[in-house]
Amino acid sequence: MSKKITIEPVTRVEGHGKVTIQMDDNHQVIDSRLHIVEFRGFERFVQGRPYWEAPVLVQRLCGICPVSHHIAAAKALDVIVGAGDGDGLTAVGEKMRRLMHYGQFFQSHVLHFFHLSSPDFLFGIDGDPAMRNIVGVAQVHKELAVQGVMMRKFGQEVIRLTAGKKIHGTGAIPGGINKNLSIAERDELLKGPDPLNADKMIEWSLSALEFFKNYHKQNHAKVDDFASFPSNHLSMVRKDGALDIYHGVLRAVDSEGNRILDDVDYHEYYNYIEEEVKSWSYMKFPYLKHLGKEKGWYRVGPLARLNTCDFIPSPLAQKEFEEYKAYTHGKPNNMSLHYHWARLIEVLHAAEVIRDLLHDPDLQNEDLVVKGKKQKEGVGVIEAPRGTLFHHYKIDDNDLITMANLIVSTTNNNEPMNRAVESTARAFMNGQETITEPMMNAVEVAIRAYDPCLSCATHALGQMPLEMTILGASGRILDHKMKD
Amino acid sequence: MEKTNNKIRITIDGKRTYVTKGSTIVEAAKENGIYIPTLCHFEGADPKACCRMCTVKINNRMMTSCTTPVTEGMEIENDTEELNEVRKSIIELLFVSGNHFCPACEKSGNCELQALAYRYKMLVPRFPYSFPRKEVDASSPKIIKEQNRCIACKRCIKTIRDEHGKHYFAYKNRGQHLEVILDPVLGDTMPDDLAKKAMENCPVGSILYKEKGFDQPIGTRKYDKQPIGSEIENNV
Repeated sequence: MSKKITIEPVTRVEGHGKVTIQMDDNHQVIDSRLHIVEFRGFERFVQGRPYWEAPVLVQRLCGICPVSHHIAAAKALDVIVGAGDGDGLTAVGEKMRRLMHYGQFFQSHVLHFFHLSSPDFLFGIDGDPAMRNIVGVAQVHKELAVQGVMMRKFGQEVIRLTAGKKIHGTGAIPGGINKNLSIAERDELLKGPDPLNADKMIEWSLSALEFFKNYHKQNHAKVDDFASFPSNHLSMVRKDGALDIYHGVLRAVDSEGNRILDDVDYHEYYNYIEEEVKSWSYMKFPYLKHLGKEKGWYRVGPLARLNTCDFIPSPLAQKEFEEYKAYTHGKPNNMSLHYHWARLIEVLHAAEVIRDLLHDPDLQNEDLVVKGKKQKEGVGVIEAPRGTLFHHYKIDDNDLITMANLIVSTTNNNEPMNRAVESTARAFMNGQETITEPMMNAVEVAIRAYDPCLSCATHALGQMPLEMTILGASGRILDHKMKD
Repeated sequence: MEKTNNKIRITIDGKRTYVTKGSTIVEAAKENGIYIPTLCHFEGADPKACCRMCTVKINNRMMTSCTTPVTEGMEIENDTEELNEVRKSIIELLFVSGNHFCPACEKSGNCELQALAYRYKMLVPRFPYSFPRKEVDASSPKIIKEQNRCIACKRCIKTIRDEHGKHYFAYKNRGQHLEVILDPVLGDTMPDDLAKKAMENCPVGSILYKEKGFDQPIGTRKYDKQPIGSEIENNV
């Protein structure tokens, strides 16, 4: 019976998570698993397609962060069309892509914090589920809800003006971009009517940070202890160690801050990262090769990025970064709920970068595309909102794709999310025979901190479809609850 | 339009008009700012009436307007509920008989089949998808022949020829196995401008000019600006 639950996948169920928790006779948690049971198959059906279709085709992986896949694929194809190794585009080419990417970063992070996570902070993990959603937020904290909606709208407008559409656009093409930013478009974002302009976004990003910091002040222990465990952290950083979500080198640190991957060229990611397959999940488990499966797993995303980078190249975010780092005395931060803090610092950074880019006259240049000697293989890596995203393609003599390997951000966080689930399950369920709603939500809160795709895709109105089964030591089902 | 010596009188959907003698119904309608949808028809090439999109009704008979010449006093039904339903069905059948995935097709926004589907408000085909197994022929240095999207309209066969009149494209097989293929010998030396013209003349995304995808921003593509047919209807 238990096997049936853990092995049989529900295919094509976007954003569906399943958690199984095994308990012994004394009602102590002995095992837990987060199952991602979606089967998408993009790596397979992009094979045989012309390579220039990839950025448009693979972005359909997601409706929240398609820009990440769009740009990662385009970066890989830049290599194939001979436009350098990720830094060979024209000024307008790279800056338009950055603007698109930071716009999407901004809207995705905002969506996660305001729409998905803020209800947990405002109403409590054990708050009334009927209120613990964005509609509840809109009823009780109208100003905050409006702020979230308008900030997301701003990010979406950045995407529309750079990619042609708010969702699933076509802006990035191999070797560059297909449009620049007109003065009128620039002014729409820079001088848009209140609140839809870059300056207001910076102001609101600061107030969102204040909101979280105040919550943290009042709930230190709760926030710091929740799903806290040591881990490695991996991200891309700029060559000089700055936070950079578009281009750089791969860096990883351990839980104490020791470098375990020292600024390596991401084009050779396969020399450093390997993926393990487990029979109970369609999501692979990546790890650092030289450390092995047991010790090589790592976290990605906002928490990891602020653990690996040396500084943030925008003044307001840097100030916040210093305060954030001081909290852990400069050591890596291993507290799952601090993902939210890190995420909001990145929101501020993205708003600053967007404003600065909009002032850059290079965005109006006309030299959109650059091409050189064609290659047969290309790797593109970016920092997506949820973490490091790898796209790798090979093509044949006829320009058709023969191989695609995508390591998506949520995949990198597979093991950490499982650890977070286990840590929360032990904290909230040890000794319990039946599952209560707050216990289930606590597990959700742990998963939600990582902002996995399964959460963002189906988490509308504050609820994530979640199936939870408690198995006894013999595998007998003790309890089973489901949330749709 | 006024009557002159080379004009004759016809009626389209109850509207009396004068059109050029010897023209086909499609041409005559266009002359008067009336849109009759076409797909296989291509201006300047002999009409073949193989797609039936331009079907109209004359004396209660369905006729293809790209091949039927106008005659004095002819009364034509065009923009009627019945005929538009027939046209919508043809579009749906074309969608289900191939593998048309607009989201990743670079002809999206410039595709006549997609534009017609929008015009005739096709939401989802009423017929079952056949999901045929089709090949992508990328062996030519200049173009890709994407058989999944080919609607066998013959426009490439009719309009893409070399200076001696030799066809670059041809039919292969028959019935449900019918395919339009690129001549492998001629295809190897296809001039650049002809390859681009082949892509342009293809009403769908079946002929792709290599290595130049998605370079037209969304919002500037042909049917982003106005729906198909409005270029005729707005040009009265």
